[in-house]
Amino acid sequence: MNIAVLLNMVPDLVEELEIDASGTALDTQWMRYVLSESDEHALEQALMLKDRHGAKVTVLALDYGEAEEALFSSLAKGADEAIKITGLAAAPGKQAAAVAFKEALATLAPDLILTGVFAIDDHDGHTAGLLAGLMDLPFVGVTRSVERVNGRVVVQKEYPGGFAAEIEVGLPAVIGVLSAPQPPRYVPVARIRETRKTRALADRRIAAAEGAPRLTVRRLFKPEPAERAEMLAGSSEDVAKQIVAILADRGLVR
Amino acid sequence: MNPTGQDVWVYVEHLRGTVAGHTYELLGEGRDLAGSMGGRLVAVLLGNGVQPLASTLGAADAVICVEDPALAEFTPQAHAAVLRALAQQQAPRLVLFGATSIGMDLAALLASSLRMPLVVNCKDITVEDGRLVVTSQMCGGKLSCEAEVEGQPAVVTVLSGAFPAEGGASNRAPQIESIPLPVPLDTVRMKVTRLLEPTAGDVDISKAPVLVAVGRGIQRAENLPMAEEMAAVLGGSVCGSRPVVDQGWLPLSRQVGKSGMIVKPRLYLALGISGAPEHVEGMKDSDLIIAVNADPKAPIFDIADFGAVMDIFELLPALTQELEKRKGLAAA
Repeated sequence: MNIAVLLNMVPDLVEELEIDASGTALDTQWMRYVLSESDEHALEQALMLKDRHGAKVTVLALDYGEAEEALFSSLAKGADEAIKITGLAAAPGKQAAAVAFKEALATLAPDLILTGVFAIDDHDGHTAGLLAGLMDLPFVGVTRSVERVNGRVVVQKEYPGGFAAEIEVGLPAVIGVLSAPQPPRYVPVARIRETRKTRALADRRIAAAEGAPRLTVRRLFKPEPAERAEMLAGSSEDVAKQIVAILADRGLVR
Repeated sequence: MNPTGQDVWVYVEHLRGTVAGHTYELLGEGRDLAGSMGGRLVAVLLGNGVQPLASTLGAADAVICVEDPALAEFTPQAHAAVLRALAQQQAPRLVLFGATSIGMDLAALLASSLRMPLVVNCKDITVEDGRLVVTSQMCGGKLSCEAEVEGQPAVVTVLSGAFPAEGGASNRAPQIESIPLPVPLDTVRMKVTRLLEPTAGDVDISKAPVLVAVGRGIQRAENLPMAEEMAAVLGGSVCGSRPVVDQGWLPLSRQVGKSGMIVKPRLYLALGISGAPEHVEGMKDSDLIIAVNADPKAPIFDIADFGAVMDIFELLPALTQELEKRKGLAAA
């Protein structure tokens, strides 16, 4: 089985996000683009399928932010090939990204395309479903497990309230992964460094994606909360005392 | 009534024979938007034997109902294929979905297969001079984006709780348009083989009166006993946000949020939880929310009743000690 894993880079939320002078975009000077969390789970899901059934895993990423790092890290974890997609504007919207991924996938003919179900940074952050719509392939998103059964895959799709459905999907297909059944595997930095020396990324240059979303951003801003918590200040002992008083007041402690 | 080219569509989400509460929020907002655009509000109901559900959708001018055994259990491929065919025939101006497990799948498929713009996680939608202006949430709730969608049909997913459900409630009998399957579904290559109930856990957190919730801030599995100790003193249970469950530190039955459990305890003590929208959706209706986080800008403080900016590992022992002290006094 040929599995393609698509990696999206998203702003690192650990750092403070700043808005640029135009007021319509992120100020990219000080921020980092890191691998989207659900894509890391998509890779883990692919590697689990490879471990269990044998598969060739190819990872692809659009070349911006820490894409190279993510690709080398994927190779170090066990992916077989890594492709860096160049020729695009930095951080395109996900509809444009889907067009680019479709073009890059054309020569690979994967049986299964896995990617995270959601990237946090766009108006249209659902790369997986957007790509499936473009390629006219079966698609299920929000999965917590993907297994291979008799030439098909069986996925568990999550619903609210802890419910889920088991869905059998014919191949080829696109799956939008929410999480893998196990935490993404860890790979030591030293091994990634080693991979950088011994392995190479394939380069795939594509023409700028046309037909991207017709959307004009008027304003990007940090939301002002309507209400905010009453803040408790002081040392940890002070705060603990205040919390206990609040709980006592409401009859939550005796 | 015929399509106007300015119609607003709401996809009716239903699971296990009940219309999702979120759908009424969309109908309420859709009602206003259809008024501003001069179009109809149309509820789109797909399934098998689901027409009786239409009686609850009176906020809409019309309910398009398509029934077929292949639509009985939701699959993204079959439902998207029908929506796409209907949208091609009737050309709605705007299609609204909930930002849910079902809505996310359909919105992306519909938008890209018909080359329509897609805006996800919206919390406000207005019409200005005939133009659609949407405000959506990005980057885990840290940013909002106001954008204009000009002149063409658009697909939008709406956050749960963005609009009041009351607006979508109505006793009117809607006009039902039963439409035969607009596209053959025999080429659909997926089927639901099983519906899975919530994993039975040792504790049903949706019934627990007191929840001590841990997030990424708990840092490692070895730190969980500190939270458990405090939960025990409070007579509550420990639950967590998705990252904690994904790491395998807590079982799935203890997950709170969009894809986990919806909880409304008397006390929700959030420790090291940033307050991403997916988590907040599962706990925002708790009676009392107290949040402790080292990041003063964590969005959890926007919905908490009380907050403290503090290292949770400093607070936990102090709070447990203070609670025990009080218990000791009460017992004495």
